[in-house]
Amino acid sequence: MLSIDNLHAGCEGKTILQGINLDVKPGEVHAIMGPNGSGKSTLSTVVAGHEDYEVSQGTILFEGEDIADLSADERAHKGIFLSFQYPVEIPGVTVTNFIKTAINQNRKAKGLEDMPANVMLKKIREKAALLEIDSRFLSRSLNEGFSGGEKKRNEIFQMAMLEPKLAILDETDSGLDIDALRIVANGVNKLKGKDNAIVVITHYQRLLDHIVPDFVHVLHEGKIVKSGTKELALELEEKGYDWIKQGA
Amino acid sequence: MDLKETLLSSYLAFDAQDGPQHKLQDQRAAAIEIFEQQGFPTKKEEDWKYTSLRNLTKTNFSVFPKEEVSLKLNQVKEYILQDVDTYKIVFVDGIYNAYLSETTHEGVDVCLLSAALTNRKYNSTIKRYFNQIAEKDVSLTALNTAFTKEGAYIHVPEGKLVEKPVQIIHFTTDKNPNLLLQPRNLIIVGKNAEIQIVERHQSLTTNETFTNVVTEIFTEQNAQLDYYKIQNDQTTASLIDSTYISQRKHSHAKVHTFSFGGKLTRNNLNFYHKDAEINSTMKGITLIEGSQFVDHHTLVHHAKPNSESHQDYKGIFAEKATGVFNGKIIVEKEAQKTNAFQQNNNILMDDKASINTKPQLEIFADDVKCSHGCTIGQLDEDALFYLQSRGIPRKEARGLLTYAFANNVLQSVKIDSVKKRINKLIAEKLGVNIGFDV
Repeated sequence: MLSIDNLHAGCEGKTILQGINLDVKPGEVHAIMGPNGSGKSTLSTVVAGHEDYEVSQGTILFEGEDIADLSADERAHKGIFLSFQYPVEIPGVTVTNFIKTAINQNRKAKGLEDMPANVMLKKIREKAALLEIDSRFLSRSLNEGFSGGEKKRNEIFQMAMLEPKLAILDETDSGLDIDALRIVANGVNKLKGKDNAIVVITHYQRLLDHIVPDFVHVLHEGKIVKSGTKELALELEEKGYDWIKQGA
Repeated sequence: MDLKETLLSSYLAFDAQDGPQHKLQDQRAAAIEIFEQQGFPTKKEEDWKYTSLRNLTKTNFSVFPKEEVSLKLNQVKEYILQDVDTYKIVFVDGIYNAYLSETTHEGVDVCLLSAALTNRKYNSTIKRYFNQIAEKDVSLTALNTAFTKEGAYIHVPEGKLVEKPVQIIHFTTDKNPNLLLQPRNLIIVGKNAEIQIVERHQSLTTNETFTNVVTEIFTEQNAQLDYYKIQNDQTTASLIDSTYISQRKHSHAKVHTFSFGGKLTRNNLNFYHKDAEINSTMKGITLIEGSQFVDHHTLVHHAKPNSESHQDYKGIFAEKATGVFNGKIIVEKEAQKTNAFQQNNNILMDDKASINTKPQLEIFADDVKCSHGCTIGQLDEDALFYLQSRGIPRKEARGLLTYAFANNVLQSVKIDSVKKRINKLIAEKLGVNIGFDV
């Protein structure tokens, strides 16, 4: 589904990713771990298509297609979703209006009519319930004044609504208390299927207790320096990142 | 001949036409003298520093329409609110159009100023209110007074809640090219009375047009006024709007100004407090592109204690569009416990767009709360990426963010039909379909 080959990328003239190789197949869950500044967020931002980031070498294929020249919205239309580490506050647009607009723009890109209002409403209710989101929350301005947990729940709510093929969850566990973590992880697990894939970017092992990865990769100085199964995450938790840094 | 000279000689003909028996003759004569002395304002004057009338004053405008033009409803339907029952006072090239209008004298006077000036039963009201709050020594207002002949006259008697909004609409057509219109409106909202008014000036031609409108409004004790100005005109239409509002105790006057187009638009919006415990609200959205120009000059004169004023203006300027915002707040020594808020936020969409914004506070009382803030910025790139990452294309994302930026001004719009209309206009201007509820 996602095939990254020798990816070098960065922004403002600085190369942050120094030759990433990653292959994600449908139905798989991958975890990308690594110390601060190793390039985890850059990787997710580059895959999602932020215009400020430039790919200097290598390729990103999504379902066999090179997506280097696609804008962020075009990548979203293909089925790539990024759950932001720091979701942006947008006063003046309610959660409901935002998600309606997003859904209908995605449909428009596929040549479909707007989703009928009653179908939309039903879907919003259903997905909100999945993430234990109160209906009053849906009429608030997007992310404005949301707590850390509310922001992350809202990200996964959007993921549930948009039903992406590939979801990249960037530090979705940061800022979550244990209850919110359980709700978010539970939401993600319900959305997991044999046709879609999830890339979890995290600093800590604890999210991986809830969203169990098939593969774990360790990122250091813009490269994947070690890959393994879920046991690798436990080992990292125990030993810290220093042994990886030394090994690299 | 420049426009000033044309107007001075036109005045003689205008005065002769009406005859010396006209009720306003003395006031008009005094006013034309002031205009003659002062002429059109120039950029040398502080209040006109950023706004040039040079081009306008070189154009050969005429104050006399050559012919009376009839319009069919379907020619102008899109400019008239249709989905709400309203009174309408419609003028075409400055001449009242009875066919498109719906006036009344039942429980409230919604009619023509010309009628109020000629009918003796309005004598005392005219004497009491006409030209009483308008600034007599300001040249453009004096010019309007000198040529006062027609406009809207609305008098809401004590205790009357007028359920139907009133639309005041001026159309200009290509039958009377280069017309200078000078409508004069007089609006009196009696004690405990309420009314909603929508005003629009619309050119139906690509000829140059120039409107110099003066509106005097009096809100008596505990009166409620809701006034909406919809300015979405041709790029050949210029408008100078001077609105003067005199408020009595416990009255609340709200004015929303939506400036979406025109060659040059200048809004002079003035609130004068005649008592204590008064509320004044002025809000605006300016959304222009090309080389359009919109200038808001507001004034709130707090003269007595315990009053409030709220100002919230949003400006969005694309391409080479230019904006001016000057918000003057005067708090007299006697006006203790005044709360005055002013906010002016702007987005420049392109490199060549510009805005000159200036708060001007003159505070003589010591126990007051006054705040003002102005910002000038661009759309947030991180927010754009966030929206795009959800599948919303860049153009729509820009539209959505711009809409969100202006949105809170719309929330206080009480007439649904106006709200929908403004929403639609914003979406059109931004070139996006913002298909959501407000």
